[in-house]
Amino acid sequence: MLNLFKIAVRNLLRYKRRTLLTASLISLGVVFVLLFVSVTGSFKSMMIGQMTDSMLGHLQVHRKGYLAAIDNLPLNLNLKTPSYRKLEKILSQRPEVESYSPRIKFGGMFSTFVETTNIRLNGVYPDLELKTVPLLASRVTDGADDGTLNKGEIWVPELMAKSMKLSVGDTVVIVATNQDGSVNGKQFGVSGVLESVTGPGGRDGYIHIEDAMDVLRMSEMEVSEIAIRLKDFGRLHAFTEDLSALLAGERNNQGKPLFEVHNWESLSPFYNIARLIDIMTFFIKLMLIAVVLISIMNVMIMAVYERIREIGTIAAIGTLPGKILSLFVLEGLSLGFLGVVTGNILGYFIIAVLNASKISFNFGRQTGLVLSANIDWMDMLTISVIVILISVVASLQPALKASKMDPINALRHV
Amino acid sequence: MMALVRAENITKIYGAVTARSKEDVTSGAVATRALNAVSFEIEPSSFVSFVGPSGSGKTTLLNLIGCLDKPTEGKLEVAGVDVLHLSMRQSASFRGNNLGFIFQDFNLIPVLTVHENVEYPLLMVQNVPGGQRRERIFAMLEAVGMVDQKDKYPDQLSGGQKQRVAIARALVANPKLVLADEPTANLDHKTAFLVLSFMKKLRDELETTFIFSTHDQKIVGEAEIIYSLEDGELTGKQVKAGKENA
Repeated sequence: MLNLFKIAVRNLLRYKRRTLLTASLISLGVVFVLLFVSVTGSFKSMMIGQMTDSMLGHLQVHRKGYLAAIDNLPLNLNLKTPSYRKLEKILSQRPEVESYSPRIKFGGMFSTFVETTNIRLNGVYPDLELKTVPLLASRVTDGADDGTLNKGEIWVPELMAKSMKLSVGDTVVIVATNQDGSVNGKQFGVSGVLESVTGPGGRDGYIHIEDAMDVLRMSEMEVSEIAIRLKDFGRLHAFTEDLSALLAGERNNQGKPLFEVHNWESLSPFYNIARLIDIMTFFIKLMLIAVVLISIMNVMIMAVYERIREIGTIAAIGTLPGKILSLFVLEGLSLGFLGVVTGNILGYFIIAVLNASKISFNFGRQTGLVLSANIDWMDMLTISVIVILISVVASLQPALKASKMDPINALRHV
Repeated sequence: MMALVRAENITKIYGAVTARSKEDVTSGAVATRALNAVSFEIEPSSFVSFVGPSGSGKTTLLNLIGCLDKPTEGKLEVAGVDVLHLSMRQSASFRGNNLGFIFQDFNLIPVLTVHENVEYPLLMVQNVPGGQRRERIFAMLEAVGMVDQKDKYPDQLSGGQKQRVAIARALVANPKLVLADEPTANLDHKTAFLVLSFMKKLRDELETTFIFSTHDQKIVGEAEIIYSLEDGELTGKQVKAGKENA
């Protein structure tokens, strides 16, 4: 095999310019795919990171039916204390879970004593919430950006703060109706202004969970949702499935499922954009396959045509058809390998330059996000394997033709 | 002594057997009888030549003996093997282990050096181990006087040198029979005689049978047995003095 490889490489070097051009074409294809995959991939993971780490968490558990009615923030679909405790016990025993944060979500009236408007609020334990969505603290543009949210304090959404001319230290009143229909109000001091983010919950205010219980006159804690953060985001799908299966056995008094588990993909519309990026990546890879297939097939067809007499000679002196086939396949393989290696090195270098130049972009209301193009070794390996496999496939037809050539006709070829 | 090559009434017809239409005639599909009921026997260690004008069937006959083609009719045995029923793969294997080829245009592999060209049949066809391979290549290059040129590529050699390399390549695998189709056609007379003398010398040393075709009357005389071919038929056999038993 090594000797066949040596001859294959020498044959490629016979037409240096052609080999160089074809390898360059493959390299360029690999570079473009690597760039696309790394830039879109980093954009995607940055956006997913923004969604999951600043508001959603990696996944959420609700009472069955809550998500379908989430626009109304139905208090009657909250998880009661026994259910919450049960869930808490399960989550605390799972090694994959980094942290979890119970939330009471409700809608209410928000008054500055001058103006009144509606608000959606999250009642949270600040320490648990910040462990579960660590970027939340960075959204506090004014006030307590260290993440402290004491009882009696509120973080107000930025747009509301601007339109109602609120600043840190101001006093506001929250009035809400609980699930029994009784109305209650409570004063809060504004301790932070929250930057908006795109997506559900991106314009909600935050108060301490015990304040939420006070406003809603809850004697026992009832939670609307539990946001969960995993230690390894890559295990998201597996964990979602595991947890869903585990919780499927939990039934209410009517024997109906008690919980529903959703990961960020079913909670955020950005998932569709992420899917679109994946589809675009797939088509870009398809284009690379076409480039490699056509260029290598073209070169190998030419190589066979130009070397018909040579093929006749080696066949006449007893080279078995399988070895002739291997010789041409190895030529295509070597060409693809050369293109892949050069493309990977070039791609890696360009990505490093791209990162060093710190290109920034805006996403929704978020400005100045710095592009950090990361190429995963697995992506590099996948692209390399695709190119090498396609190189072999592209060489097969010309190689088969060469191996099946009649030595007499080949030797007669002028 | 058992014949190395035994041909009985071998006939080779190219194209369709009968012309069915005018198009068949113009397209060349009409049957061409390249060889017609040719019979002969060649003994081991012979130095045989097939001679005849262009189109007489010399190359066709050599192709049949070399298992590159099959006769339409007749029986052909080479080295005791009925070559008519060999598959493409079996033919290739048979050629690699029993036959050597020398071509009119030398047909050396341009990307390989002289040494590598000679090494090719041992390495790629017979899988001979390294040490043994080096010994045989050196011996063969020495026999054809090309040791000094072993690292050169074919395009750096003269026609005569190329043919000497081709002879070394044909003989290095210890074939029973070497077939040479017009081996001197692209050489001047002085070089042609030199090449033939190399072939003869190696025949004497290795007892390999040589069969070559030529239309050059001056070259023909170098053969010990001469078969004449004309229009696909064997028209005569000349045996040089002292070779009557062949």
